[in-house]
Amino acid sequence: MTQKKKIIEIKNLHASIDGKEILKGLTLTINAGEVHAIMGPNGAGKSTLASVLAGREEYEVTEGEVLFDGVNLLELSPEERAREGLFLAFQYPIEIPGVSNINFLRTALNEIREHKGETPISAKEFMALVREKSKIVELDAKLASRSVNEGFSGGEKKKNEIFQMAMLNPKLAILDETDSGLDIDALRIVANGVNKLRSDENAIMVITHYQRLLDYIVPDFVHVLYDGKIVKTGGKDLALELEEKGYDWIKHDLVNN
Amino acid sequence: MANYTEDDLAKDLEQQEYKFGFTTDIESDKIPKGLNEDIIRLISKKKEEPEWLLEYRLKAYRVWKNMVEPEWAHVEYEKPKFDEIIYYAAPKQKKKYESWDDVEPELKETMKKLGISMEEQKRLTGVAVDFVMDSVSVATSFKEKLKELGIIFCSFSEAVQEYPELVKEHLGTVVPMTDNFYAALNSAVFTDGSFCYIPKGVKCPMELSTYFRINESGTGQFERTLVVADEGSYVSYLEGCTAPQRDENQLHAAVVELIAKDNAEIKYSTVQNWYPGDKDGKGGVYNFVTKRGICERNAKISWTQVETGSAVTWKYPSCILKGDNSVGEFYSVAVTNNYQQADTGTKMIHLGKNTKSTIISKGISAGKSQNSYRGLVQVHASADHARNFSQCDSLLMTDKCGAHTFPYIECKNKTAKIEHEATTSKIGEDQIFYCLQRGISEEKAISMIVNGYCKEVLNQLPMEFAVEAQKLLTISLEGSVG
Repeated sequence: MTQKKKIIEIKNLHASIDGKEILKGLTLTINAGEVHAIMGPNGAGKSTLASVLAGREEYEVTEGEVLFDGVNLLELSPEERAREGLFLAFQYPIEIPGVSNINFLRTALNEIREHKGETPISAKEFMALVREKSKIVELDAKLASRSVNEGFSGGEKKKNEIFQMAMLNPKLAILDETDSGLDIDALRIVANGVNKLRSDENAIMVITHYQRLLDYIVPDFVHVLYDGKIVKTGGKDLALELEEKGYDWIKHDLVNN
Repeated sequence: MANYTEDDLAKDLEQQEYKFGFTTDIESDKIPKGLNEDIIRLISKKKEEPEWLLEYRLKAYRVWKNMVEPEWAHVEYEKPKFDEIIYYAAPKQKKKYESWDDVEPELKETMKKLGISMEEQKRLTGVAVDFVMDSVSVATSFKEKLKELGIIFCSFSEAVQEYPELVKEHLGTVVPMTDNFYAALNSAVFTDGSFCYIPKGVKCPMELSTYFRINESGTGQFERTLVVADEGSYVSYLEGCTAPQRDENQLHAAVVELIAKDNAEIKYSTVQNWYPGDKDGKGGVYNFVTKRGICERNAKISWTQVETGSAVTWKYPSCILKGDNSVGEFYSVAVTNNYQQADTGTKMIHLGKNTKSTIISKGISAGKSQNSYRGLVQVHASADHARNFSQCDSLLMTDKCGAHTFPYIECKNKTAKIEHEATTSKIGEDQIFYCLQRGISEEKAISMIVNGYCKEVLNQLPMEFAVEAQKLLTISLEGSVG
């Protein structure tokens, strides 16, 4: 069996904000075709991990290395990371009044295409793509032409994130608490959308507090992030165990070892 | 890591140079500097004007001499030295061009630098351009087609010669020479401008477009525009402006009068990017303009402006809603950068019953600039059921700039309904990051966010003008990413 392609390799990553260290030596490799869930209590560094990978300027990487499809990710600007195929589904999607979703996405898609040396997409092809991909998350066609996230409900915003993911077809999608604020129907739709986008070529990192989402997006691996490090790794059953025993169980374990 | 902070943005904005700073090398015919009755007689003579117009100018001059320059606006500047200004400059070649092909290469080059190359203009079907270079029209197109419909669209000088009755009947009826200091000055020394007349019931089939330029060093420009829409007619009028880069401040004091008779509609759009001065606040155009329109019964006047240029702007396109059921609209985007100062807004004067007005103002301040909205909504006792909606938004790009709002409301009728909304916000780092995370560059992100913010106003512009306005906004606010 040939070795699977590595999408991202995070080695001993240390990162801090305002001088306070949040990530304290995180190591994780995600291969093509895999879904990894990152779980952990509040303040463990889950959202920091997403922010650091996406290139948020407030965070300073003090140590470690991240290879993204063989490229040194930490040397790239946020937009270069995006163009290389790193996508972050935001926990709190941002509203941009007066900018239509379509205009926003077409600009983004064309920047990515230009980066790959491709020509801009034609209006006709683009609209066909919008129609096809909006079905994946049952996104109301009207929302596509509205201003980015403006006046969207919580569920619509999260659907819109996955719709954008579908349009931009990233190598790695990081879903930062995509389940927060969703009712059970919206959760199912969003999760089904993500499942449709799973392929042997891409990888998905699901950051979540709760096991609930993982009933729908079944992960290959579950990692427990605690105090800036991955302290436990297992299969999907680990999520169930966590749900049952709580994070105190991990803490307890750590203390005893 | 190339992270783009607001500080970087502020720095980039300061470094943003004016891209249209150039001078077209065409010989000019000038008169001595300074202003007195002899100079006015000379201007009038050079333009071969009728006696009544000379009298009008002299009367205005005498009014102006006894007036004091106004100081109530939220702007600070060195007062123009009126004795140092050359009040008339005309390109020496006065030949009129039959087609764009006859226009000199220098002029074409100028147009190209303005981003309105002839090639581009030609493609924009349905746009008639009256190009004003230092006060005298050097080219007019589409005239024949308009003539068939009885539409008059020509330079002001030509109108004085060809249609003296129409000019005499309407000149100064909306903005009287006694109105204000700069309107009086303009009435005395205006050199050229545009005249437009739409006959009864005619819908003008194309956008009428004029590009103004201030070209000669040290020449003040005093444009005069008069648009008359007769009963039941419609016209959309576009005005665009650029001025070459000069060290001394140049004065521009235009007067625009719009007359919309019963059931007529005038849409007046302006894109202004005169030289704003350098990053230290040196040089730049003083733009002191009086623009006003009057609406008769069921008439409508809509002002749309995108103001990105000038060192000091003092401008309030206004509507007198005289006739019952008349409508006035004002849509404005004003961008200030470096040391630019803008005090702009509108006046909506409700006289007739059921009159309606809408004011949408979007201010964007960057650098160390000051951006003020000043507006007056006045409902007279006669204006039963008058309605006004005002929305004034300010966007701050740095923490060194200022945004100010001075809304005045005077209401003398209890049945009136007046609404005012205002917001102030700072461009969001989160918005920029969201765009970056989707692969969009900083420059495009800022341009997109700003254009989105201005959308309600840009939507009011005719298509081709909106594209130009978007480009201008981007030029005014883009930064070199590094």
